[in-house]
Amino acid sequence: MDTEILARIQFAFTIAFHYIFPPLSIGIGLVLVIMEGMYLKTKEKLYEQITRFWIKIFALIFGIGVATGIIMEFEFGTNWATYSKYVGDIFGSALAAEGIFAFALESGFLGVLLFGWNKVSPRVHFFSTIMVFIGAMFSAVWIVVANSWQQTPAGFHIVGEGMNARAEITDFWAMIFNPSSVDRLLHVWIGSFLSGAFMVLSVSAYYIIRNKHLVIAKKSFKIALVIATVFSITQLFIGHESAAGVAFNQPAKLASFEGHYDSSAVADMYLIGWVNNTTQKTSGIKIQGGLTFLLNYNFTTPVRGLNSFKKEEIPPQVNAVFQFYHMMIAIGVGLIILTLYGSWQLKRKKIFEKKWLMYVFMWSVLLPQIANQCGWFAAEMGRQPWVVYGLLRTSDALSRSVSANNIVFSLILFTGVYLLLFILFLYLLNKKIQHGPDTEIQDFDDENAARGINDLITH
Amino acid sequence: MFLGMNDNILWFLVLGGVISGYAILDGFDLGAGALHLFLKKEESRRIALNAIGPVWDGNEVWLVIAGGVLFAGFPVAYAAIFSAFYVPFMVFMMGLIFRAISIEFRSKEQMLWWRKTWDIAYAVSNIVIALSLGLMLGNVALGIPLNEQHEFSGNWLSFFNPFAIMIAITTLALFMMHGAIYLAMKTENRLYTKLTLLAKDFTIFFVLSFIVSTIYTLLYIPHLSDQLRNNSSFFILPLIMIFAIANIPRQLKKQNYRFAFASSAITIATLLMMVAIEVFPYIVYSPHTPANSITISNAASSPKTMKILLIIALIGTPLVAMYTTFVFWTFKGKVKLDEMSY
Ligand code: HDD
Ligand code: HEM
Ligand code: HEM
Repeated sequence: MDTEILARIQFAFTIAFHYIFPPLSIGIGLVLVIMEGMYLKTKEKLYEQITRFWIKIFALIFGIGVATGIIMEFEFGTNWATYSKYVGDIFGSALAAEGIFAFALESGFLGVLLFGWNKVSPRVHFFSTIMVFIGAMFSAVWIVVANSWQQTPAGFHIVGEGMNARAEITDFWAMIFNPSSVDRLLHVWIGSFLSGAFMVLSVSAYYIIRNKHLVIAKKSFKIALVIATVFSITQLFIGHESAAGVAFNQPAKLASFEGHYDSSAVADMYLIGWVNNTTQKTSGIKIQGGLTFLLNYNFTTPVRGLNSFKKEEIPPQVNAVFQFYHMMIAIGVGLIILTLYGSWQLKRKKIFEKKWLMYVFMWSVLLPQIANQCGWFAAEMGRQPWVVYGLLRTSDALSRSVSANNIVFSLILFTGVYLLLFILFLYLLNKKIQHGPDTEIQDFDDENAARGINDLITH
Repeated sequence: MFLGMNDNILWFLVLGGVISGYAILDGFDLGAGALHLFLKKEESRRIALNAIGPVWDGNEVWLVIAGGVLFAGFPVAYAAIFSAFYVPFMVFMMGLIFRAISIEFRSKEQMLWWRKTWDIAYAVSNIVIALSLGLMLGNVALGIPLNEQHEFSGNWLSFFNPFAIMIAITTLALFMMHGAIYLAMKTENRLYTKLTLLAKDFTIFFVLSFIVSTIYTLLYIPHLSDQLRNNSSFFILPLIMIFAIANIPRQLKKQNYRFAFASSAITIATLLMMVAIEVFPYIVYSPHTPANSITISNAASSPKTMKILLIIALIGTPLVAMYTTFVFWTFKGKVKLDEMSY
């Protein structure tokens, strides 16, 4: 294999692995702020226990997020040297700002969050929790801004030519607020909140199924369900904004999202489908003119299709882009249905009796994760063949001094280490969940008390 | 312009400051980790881990910031250095991963084999990090071959030259000394006594390796002492360093750990300053083809970006200083284990 494909595989693998953890940190961070805030307000022990329990899980997730994030920071230099020179003037300031404003804040206060219970007052501790959360939110800001600039460059000019060409900033704020950054940042944040909320839902549902820690589990479940419902619905609208932005800024990408080839026709929207890259035909279950409607609010305006682009300007893997995109949308809609149904059952006070629903929620933790990954794969593969859209090709962005062998070596290293990391992560996460919150609240559920006595008699 | 310095020089100073910050702060974590296996008792090991527990992650961020600072201010150098040091850098990063997870995972199980395994992983990863850092620093100081595009044109096996290896060992020794002093500051009773002894041993280890690499440099790599020899006012630096080193055992004996720690921090800073003075105005020197070298002007970002970066640094530095102080202040004093400890 050549260096280009290897470097891409490596980047995709390492970033996708990294991206399992930060959304959870951001999302659980939100949960921590809410729970600890409730504790300070009501002084109920219950909230303190919930907070402490999730802090421990947060620490585990955060640790792996940090370990894998460091790799990302330097991978631009190791594998994409030409790219780094090309965008350094612009990209670098975002990355530097990220380190100074976000990571330092987050990692600094993390110490107090984890080890400070007995050292600082509850208010100061709460303050630290908020700072960690804000830090996590900001880490997403700078990196998403940088990535959005790659998608929709703005506020720059090109100096030099050929091998020495590079982008230089002309307008800092235009660079930061490039056409896609706000939409995408909101979308990423909400995706993260969903990851965190569904994690809490999942663990709580598990306890409810197992009849353990019921008071804590039900309380956490209710709060998380509210978060999940609100943001699942918001996500649809923000996602729509993103899509409209893509239609405007990256028409070839949008056409790939829906496998739309023919420029003279209205564009359909597929629920599921398959794109044949060679015959350039898309088949599946579709809403006639659906995409046209979403973009123009009528069923007649044609949408620019892939046929009208030069071959070297469209993504080589239209079907993959299509599938990732549709998987994300399907999950997005699925989450809305699930959370609305859940909220309705909660309102009827029936939710905790529906075992099957609890099982669904227990597994639902995977859905936002998959949607997040699919969203990125759609966005990044749809950007091909460009690294910086319309300016720098992926094939020109490599480190020329790095050989294919070097990359194979590091790829094997990463695969092995990340596999080990992931297994250990799951093992310890499971252990923490099995162990549960530390000091158990006395549970006066009738059913449960009866069980407890039964256990005593039989054992 | 500030004090007659242009923005590129200012940013070079910022870079130097951040790297020194990293070496001083994460240096003691790395050193404490590298000497981990010298502590035999379970309780001692736990205390040592918890001594760095709340701060190591914040310290590591200085590395991330250094990466960002280099990328932003001198993208050409960022691209050249990390693609050149591809292999050692990957090893370095594996070290970082294993250090992070060893700290996190060790305490999660009671089993003896589990803890032993993570203890070893922890110590080894810290040693690997320190050595690979030193190796890369040594090679940057020495210079690496570059082509016209300022890209590495040599073979990575050449990184294992005697000079770089000596610097690697010196770095390890320096961090171990620094780490032992930090731990002494955070411990009491018998563990404290043990650590003062270790600190003394590592100080000797450091001084010896420093002397050997200095002599080697003077004899074989004259371009790395030009500035010091030509400009007598720079001699203040080695002088400060010698005083600082001599001060360490004295302060430890008087149980003035903070002063001992400050002295070893000063040692690290002066050492890096000397390297910076010798390297300047190059960032990466190309020995056989000096025209291809990367300097602070041909690697720099545009003047506009430099201005933006300086503003970011101006806003960011006081903030970082504020919360770093807050965190260190919160965890000041001797380590006490409690239910949230590792
Ligand atoms: C829980 C996660 C999640 C969910 C439920 C959705 N998305 Fe999403 N989506 C993401 C998580 C995500 C993401 C991982 O955060 C991406 C990747 C890149 C980005 O900016 O956000 C993304 C990208 C992304 C893009 C590409 C942006 C670009 O290329 O610049 C579009 C057009 C949408 N999304 C649209 C939607 C729509 C219409 C959804 C309907 C419900 C939806 N997303 C649900
Ligand atoms: C802001 C953050 C990000 C930046 C700056 C970024 C940048 C890049 C770069 C430089 C490449 C290599 C060139 C290429 O193949 O196009 C790449 C590829 C890729 N990235 Fe991103 N990326 C970011 C975030 C993410 C995230 C979070 C994910 C997914 C979880 C992701 C998924 C991918 C994938 C899948 C590829 C390979 C594309 C392909 O092979 O077609 N990226 N990205
Ligand atoms: C290629 C792109 C990326 C790079 C270079 C990168 C870099 C890093 C680095 C260096 C760290 C460790 C910081 C520390 O030591 O505390 C980290 C952690 C983190 N990153 Fe990434 N990252 C990337 C993609 C992303 C994306 C797309 C997001 C969010 C949407 C994100 C959010 C975070 C967060 C919240 C953390 C804190 C650790 C955690 O909470 O798990 N990162 N990242």
